[in-house]
Amino acid sequence: MSSTVTATRTDAAPVDVAEVDVTNVRRTNRLPGEKPLGIARVLAFAALAFMALLWLLPVLWAIITSFKTEADAASGGLDLIGPSGFTTQAFEAILSQGNVYIWALNSLWTSAVITLITVTISALAAYAFSRLDFKGSRWIFLAIIASIIVPPQALIIPLYYQMLTFNMVDTYWGLILPQIVMAPIIFILKKFFDAVPVELEDAARVDGAGRLRVFFSVVLPLSRPILGAVSIFVFIQAWNNFLWPFLIINDTTLMTLPVGLQTVLSAYGVQYSQVMAQAVLAALPLVVVFLFYQRQIVKGVATTGFGGQ
Amino acid sequence: MTDVMASRSAAGPEPEVTPGEDSGGRRTSPTRGQASRRGQLAAWAFLAPFMAAFLLFVIWPLIHGIVLSLTDQSLTGAGGSFIGFENYSEALSEPVMWSSIGNTVWFTVITTVPLVLLALIMALLVNTGLPGQWLWRLSFFMPFLLASTVISQIWVWIFNPEIGAANEILSAVGLEPIAWLQTANVDLISIAIATIWWTVGFNFLLYLAALQNIPDLQYEAAAVDGAGRWRQLFSITIPQLGPVTGVILVLQMLASLKLFDQAYQMMEGGSSETSRPIVQYIFEAGFVGYRFGYASAISYIFFVLILIVGIFQMVVLRHRKADS
Repeated sequence: MSSTVTATRTDAAPVDVAEVDVTNVRRTNRLPGEKPLGIARVLAFAALAFMALLWLLPVLWAIITSFKTEADAASGGLDLIGPSGFTTQAFEAILSQGNVYIWALNSLWTSAVITLITVTISALAAYAFSRLDFKGSRWIFLAIIASIIVPPQALIIPLYYQMLTFNMVDTYWGLILPQIVMAPIIFILKKFFDAVPVELEDAARVDGAGRLRVFFSVVLPLSRPILGAVSIFVFIQAWNNFLWPFLIINDTTLMTLPVGLQTVLSAYGVQYSQVMAQAVLAALPLVVVFLFYQRQIVKGVATTGFGGQ
Repeated sequence: MTDVMASRSAAGPEPEVTPGEDSGGRRTSPTRGQASRRGQLAAWAFLAPFMAAFLLFVIWPLIHGIVLSLTDQSLTGAGGSFIGFENYSEALSEPVMWSSIGNTVWFTVITTVPLVLLALIMALLVNTGLPGQWLWRLSFFMPFLLASTVISQIWVWIFNPEIGAANEILSAVGLEPIAWLQTANVDLISIAIATIWWTVGFNFLLYLAALQNIPDLQYEAAAVDGAGRWRQLFSITIPQLGPVTGVILVLQMLASLKLFDQAYQMMEGGSSETSRPIVQYIFEAGFVGYRFGYASAISYIFFVLILIVGIFQMVVLRHRKADS
């Protein structure tokens, strides 16, 4: 792999304007025909295609298997279509099993609620840290940032105990509430609010708007892109969370998709095509979301990742 | 991608509009100087919902965990009497606790290096502007969107000793098949392979975003000075990626230390001596053994491990920054 990278860099023609432009291409997404087709580019392309294939194959293989009959799936082999041909039996078997819909619905609405609450309370707090002067502001902010290092996995025992005392084990609130504190989100939003010119708010305040009003009618509309990016990120995390929902929910009708699928896994035993059909169905919603919101997700990851800086 | 980056830099903090960051953390605002009682109240009104949740679901469990760890509290409600550091001394003399820490640290070592290097190679290749941008991004990042349940199902299937693709490939190149998840010491490596495939896309996107934030001007200047592509990579690109590499390393190590979901699911709840991570040991002690006090003690040992790694990284990163 590294040799191909080397080739990319060394085989490039000596510096001329066209060469310099190659580094710019990433911003313009040029078509292949528009620039010289050097051997370096071909090698880089081959390396990229090979890696992409490696990353796509497990998913493709799972999809293919989900459309096989159980006998074909169990006989193994890397063939695209089994001897018995293409079938949707596995999907029908999964979908005829009522709980899958309930789990999907549970995942959808609990993730949405977690996202809504998390982003709302984080935005309010971030605004206070960014704009409002109050005693202890700096120390409280530091404490919140320091809490990023506390792994949620280290809190499961006392949290579960807490939910026991609140009578929230096996309830939606027990599932939702412990997931609404996400310190990095505050950090990212504060950084964003810091960059919003104060003058915009001053104008509204001169007109007699109160703090809350300024926040909702001036600051929030300005923050829509970052709120969107952060929301998608929180949603993905909530949708895919396994450990907490797995611990707090025992009632099959309250389970989220990942937990529900995990519990029925043993019931299917070696029903490979059904297991893969399950995986495909569970993955589908987020992949669709990704295709629609690719840009926001990329941005969300970029900003949330930089939150640690 | 283009406009994403544009709006990102527009949203980024600009020094001139974050005044007073250095002057004791006070910020210019209309209420500045007249931090009246009303102003304080307003601030707390904004803060209250988050702080309530923060105190209730982070700070309180954090403190209560220490209390629990000093008792013989059980999940069933029995016990709860103070027993001092007995749980800690029991945990520290328990070989399973040490092997689970060893597994966790080993997993972190074997995942972090490939997860950083592969992500860098992917980002550099994609960043050359080759056609098919959306396809590359989708291929590398999509696995990250999948729930641990899904990736576990896929990889258990791939690692299946009789019909899995992993062994099909081994036999195709003339190697002996392996019982990937059923062999001691190999099981954790199999889990690591699945994890690398699953999560590399996140680091890849971070690197890609960082690469696209490097000003073209620098490359143009270097090109004018006669620097070739190879030279540009080492003199501009790699040094410019220093900060993001630091962030990725920290995030990656912290993430790997928290291993549980995919290990638990790929081993189908059965934990092998060579694959059980520390979080699973906490889970087993608390929810299988019903020993909340003991499980809390292990949680704190785990927390201390995370702290040590975190502090070590901070020291190293500071040191590196001071050097440059």
